Amino acid sequence: MTGLTELTIKQALDGLERGEFTSVELTEAHLSAMQAAKNLNAFVTETPDQAREQAKASDARRQKGEAGFLDGIPVAIKDLFCTENVQTTASSKILEGFKPQYESTVTHNMFDQGAVMLGKTNLDEFAMGSSNMTSAFGNVLNPWKRKGDTTDLVPGGSSGGSAAAVAARVAMGATGTDTGGSIRQPASFCGIAGIKPTYGRCSRWGVIAFASSLDQPGSFARTVEDNAVMLRAMAGYDPKDSTSVNRPVPDYAAALTGDIRGLKIGIPKEYRVDGMPKDIEDLWQQGIDWAKEAGAEIVEVSLPHTQYALPTYYIIAPAECSSNLARYDGVRYGLRVEGETLDDMYEKTRAEGFGDEVKRRIMIGTYVLSAGYYDAYYNKARKIRKKIWQDFVDAYQKCDVLLTPTAPSAAFGIGENMDDPVKMYLNDVFTVPASLAGMPGMSIPAGLDQDGLPLGLQILGRPFDEETVLRASQAIEKAANFTAMPQLAAKIAA
Amino acid sequence: MSIDTQTVEKIARLARIKVTEDEKAKFATELDGIMQWIEQLQDVDTDGVEPLTSVVDMTLHMREDAVTDGDIQEKVLANAPETAEGFFVVPKVVE
Repeated sequence: MTGLTELTIKQALDGLERGEFTSVELTEAHLSAMQAAKNLNAFVTETPDQAREQAKASDARRQKGEAGFLDGIPVAIKDLFCTENVQTTASSKILEGFKPQYESTVTHNMFDQGAVMLGKTNLDEFAMGSSNMTSAFGNVLNPWKRKGDTTDLVPGGSSGGSAAAVAARVAMGATGTDTGGSIRQPASFCGIAGIKPTYGRCSRWGVIAFASSLDQPGSFARTVEDNAVMLRAMAGYDPKDSTSVNRPVPDYAAALTGDIRGLKIGIPKEYRVDGMPKDIEDLWQQGIDWAKEAGAEIVEVSLPHTQYALPTYYIIAPAECSSNLARYDGVRYGLRVEGETLDDMYEKTRAEGFGDEVKRRIMIGTYVLSAGYYDAYYNKARKIRKKIWQDFVDAYQKCDVLLTPTAPSAAFGIGENMDDPVKMYLNDVFTVPASLAGMPGMSIPAGLDQDGLPLGLQILGRPFDEETVLRASQAIEKAANFTAMPQLAAKIAA
Repeated sequence: MSIDTQTVEKIARLARIKVTEDEKAKFATELDGIMQWIEQLQDVDTDGVEPLTSVVDMTLHMREDAVTDGDIQEKVLANAPETAEGFFVVPKVVE
């Protein structure tokens, strides 16, 4: 039943409820698609046995009229979420074989609502990267290719496996985490939708930490509405995460009225960066025109410290990472390389267990936090972060949401942008500022470039106003009417 | 301030990551490039600005001072590379 992999989550939930098919059938169709798409390397660990058991249990619950928000829906889980007794690696050699003895709050919430887990998806090592090239378990392939060109492309990162799996119709939805753009940029590269909610909306408990003041779980799916369903199942207050916020979780899908008349949409002038590809500039203008036609009011706004967001991020995120990753010491879990002394064991374990990008960030972090540099770098960055946050607060006095491109390019080739770390960092130029400000953002597939590759537009919103972000995103989605399919998914369906 | 091989050696030691001579040279070039790029932050006037510590306006939650966890020794040790008698085992640290 290949047609089942074409459904949206919403359509699948309706079909399950009407008894047109079972979760077991839906799950088998996706497990077959997973095998057919194995060359994407989207999964670090496949969990077909668990998926079949969960699907069977879901069908039984539905029979009894006890189905949850996501009951019976096959999803993929980024391998950064701890899953009880299922290997969780963060795509790092240092955690190979690690089997958490507990369930992350987000996956726990999803399973409570009946989600079926197909497997754990590949990512940049410890979520540090924008191409999925830093994974210790090999890079992920983007299911899209340029027109008339066989070059393999990156899916973006860090949640590249999740984005590729959803784009290839292997999973109906997937979890991601976004620290500086790790949901929105891969969503844009893979032609799907993804939302990073407000910091504090989804619990970080059981999510392997990268930069704790920035990390935020979120979702991928092929439509805005499906993301609304996913987010509702994932979000919620969690006493086990001290920065989780105690607010009720709205029924996000109910906010999708389709009406954005009178909504004030801000266009930040600083996002018109030099050398922006014409396709992206045109798409952005097209997005502005769509919003106007739908009755929104366009306002120009200024976020004056935008240009400083990336370098600020590359102090704060490495500083927090150097502290968070100190726990990988070869004693309590993961890899150990024996040494003469305790220190020697630590040094050899970490030298062998971490890849180069992780090492670079740990060392940058160690440097900016070391005596003599703490004020000049770390505190300076935290002050500029305050100014970046203030820019958004000021902008939201004049508008309700912001509309920008998601990324400065379409998906690039495997191995490109690898010669200089800073070049890779520039991928997140449009996503990092809202991450530093802790505010929600969503990428929506909006068009194709001249090579036939997907491009995303980004909607940013006020803290805890995911409802307006989703509503505005859906208006763009509707106007864009993005129906293009990646070459690989088309092949599976055929 | 530029990052040379000596600085790399020092921070690698602080971070407990063994680096070879070749790696020291490679990381020095890369980290120096990153720090040069970051240097532009010095252009921003931050006088009188309080560092941002939390993006969300909230206070830490209070909870009852009660034991809510424990008795899970097996689980705690389940992923350890080496254990003995219910303890983690590390190389000898005292003579």
